[in-house]
Amino acid sequence: MDFALSEEQRMLQDSIAGYLESGCPLSRVREVAEAGESRADDIWQELTNLGVHGVLIDEDYGGVGLGVLEAALIAEALGAAVAPVPYVASSIMAPVALAEAGSTGQKETWLPQLAAGEVVAGVGLSEQIGRRESEGVTASGGKLRGKAMFAMDAASADILIIASDDGALHLVDPGASGLNREKLKTIDRTRTVSEITLDRVDAEVLPGSVTNREPLLTTIDVGRVILAADTLGAAQVMTDKAIEYAKERRQFNRVIGSFQAVKHMCAEMAAELEPCRSLIWYTAHAYSAIPEEGRLMACHAKAHLSEVGKFVARKSTEVHGGMGITDLLGLHYWFKRIGFNRQMLGAPELVREEAARVQAWV
Amino acid sequence: MDLEYSPEYREFRDEVRTFLDEHKHKAPNQKPEIPGQPNSAKEWQQLLIENGYAARTIPREYGGYGAEPDILKTRIIAEEFARARVPPGHSGDNRLVPTVLELGTEEQKQWLVPPSVRGEMSWCQGYSEPGSGSDLASLSTKAELDGDEWVINGQKIWTSGAQNADMMFCLVRTEPDAPKHNGISYLVFSMDTPGIDVRPLVTMTGDAFFNEVFFTDARVPANQIIGKRGEGWFVANTTLRYERGGLGDPNEAENRFNRIVDIMQRETVGGERLIDNPIYRDRLLKLQGQILAMKFNGMRVLSHNIKGEEPGLPRWIVKLNGCELNHQMAGLAIDVLGELGLLYDGSPYLRDGGFWQARYMLDLGLIIGGGTAQIQKNMIGERALGLPKEPKVDEAKAQAA
Repeated sequence: MDFALSEEQRMLQDSIAGYLESGCPLSRVREVAEAGESRADDIWQELTNLGVHGVLIDEDYGGVGLGVLEAALIAEALGAAVAPVPYVASSIMAPVALAEAGSTGQKETWLPQLAAGEVVAGVGLSEQIGRRESEGVTASGGKLRGKAMFAMDAASADILIIASDDGALHLVDPGASGLNREKLKTIDRTRTVSEITLDRVDAEVLPGSVTNREPLLTTIDVGRVILAADTLGAAQVMTDKAIEYAKERRQFNRVIGSFQAVKHMCAEMAAELEPCRSLIWYTAHAYSAIPEEGRLMACHAKAHLSEVGKFVARKSTEVHGGMGITDLLGLHYWFKRIGFNRQMLGAPELVREEAARVQAWV
Repeated sequence: MDLEYSPEYREFRDEVRTFLDEHKHKAPNQKPEIPGQPNSAKEWQQLLIENGYAARTIPREYGGYGAEPDILKTRIIAEEFARARVPPGHSGDNRLVPTVLELGTEEQKQWLVPPSVRGEMSWCQGYSEPGSGSDLASLSTKAELDGDEWVINGQKIWTSGAQNADMMFCLVRTEPDAPKHNGISYLVFSMDTPGIDVRPLVTMTGDAFFNEVFFTDARVPANQIIGKRGEGWFVANTTLRYERGGLGDPNEAENRFNRIVDIMQRETVGGERLIDNPIYRDRLLKLQGQILAMKFNGMRVLSHNIKGEEPGLPRWIVKLNGCELNHQMAGLAIDVLGELGLLYDGSPYLRDGGFWQARYMLDLGLIIGGGTAQIQKNMIGERALGLPKEPKVDEAKAQAA
């Protein structure tokens, strides 16, 4: 019994975080964000070299075949660095969908390319969680029709996985006739969401998802764990920055961290956030090791990290005073990253409702 | 991550279960609501010690079972007793006994530990005073040496269990001229000592868990001091360390949470199950997420402890978060029960014997007691996050000048 990261997991964490510290400084994030680019190619390439895109992909398909915990540790590092690269959909959800429901041919075609960072995959399934201004996506006769809003990582994607309303997952070529892809601007410029409109677009179904919703649900679960881990990383940075600032900033002849009003905000952030780390570790570990708990834990990790992330984002900004809301300081990149993670793949109330259903409480 | 127990521990768990199946009919009725108070009948306690389920790591020569410390086994015992809803044993007093074993003389150990472990010597803690709460080191109850006796004068407050306790461990000022932390001594004495007057302090629950204790020329033998004169603050910190571990236990929180789920599945409002109300349900689920996070935080602390590592921040937050969660849980149980949640004191229709209202009030007391939430935040800020202390008032004046 040892509730802790292994030596290998700590090394993975250090290597990703170590690279991002030098390769993804805020100045680089700012360049990408201000230029409206969908990804930082240099960072994408280096993450490819580090094996990031193949983290969940089986070694038989050119990946490194690690578990959800390792994928979450990477997400945490990416969130901490507010890294402007596709990850949750392209490197995690698409490979999970393919592995769970793809034919051998589909896996052989796409998984090695995804692992090698040669293609980016976008994933559109928000209609299956909470449909907004969309009539959904219908599939018939190998064609998709409708609208997939908020498709993640889709802006720079070479391939799309779209869920239809019956729960099936489909591979779609973004260049296919009848498909229109429109990037939607969000507060977070470090990741993208797109609106995909589909007018009788050729699609190739992932056969394992035709009469079985499990692959869709599993894809959503893992995506949620990853967004939660991203929030953990981002919120930890916001907490650390607030503490650092509270130790430096002086008013009334004292550093402001010596005032209990400020000190207690820092303590509250730390007290709320620290258990989140354990929740993420357990959830990500359970997803591979204790499957019967996986879905419930994924819901709780997503919902709880969304709540704590929001709290930390607000308090950290407040500790920074007026500077906290300036573009110059750049704290808002983390604030917005956390905000993005909260709304995507189900905001907390929706996800908790799902946790109730998973426990057969309703 | 390895959440599996090795075969040794799985066997140990089986042993505990077998023991409980065979013997739990002998357990006394549980009255769990008085913190820090041993509640097991003496025979039950004796049976548990003989089998290594109470006073487990206390050496045999002092009446314990004498096992090597094994955090995981201790945890397994606690889990299995909770699961079987059987009152656990005790180790005498989880504040006094470890302190005496660590810092007492051989004579003191022989005198105090065995009867405490047997449940024949119960304890209360004389720390807080009306003028010294969070700033405990400013305490002013004094003891003066007169021949071979300490003469104690002053007042303690928040003394839980003083009306029933046989003995008190008590902080008194013995060196009035020394700086405040260096002028305190740690005395132990019988509550039957003439000059001690215990007055129950009724709290908002309607019960008197706490007391005020008045000392008027109470005379105590000079050798009933643990540690040296003037070192009582440091002795007390040993004790506080043991006490603090117990408040906010996540396993206890999970048990309580499960009881609320039961209520919400069983009780109805307007003919609808409480859990079918989406707002109640969302509050329940929100708490579940927080409780799970603290449960896994507890596993992380445990793993650090097993490896002899200092857990750091994950440990510092347990009291603050755990007590807050308990209070919120009780609040939810009351809210979902509506008017029924208001009933108290043996009323008809009372649910769970009034447990939730009592807990709501008692848990607020625990947010305040044992180091208030604000003191906890100071400690987290200063010790775990490295933020500077508030300047002392006289320093602040000097700075301003």
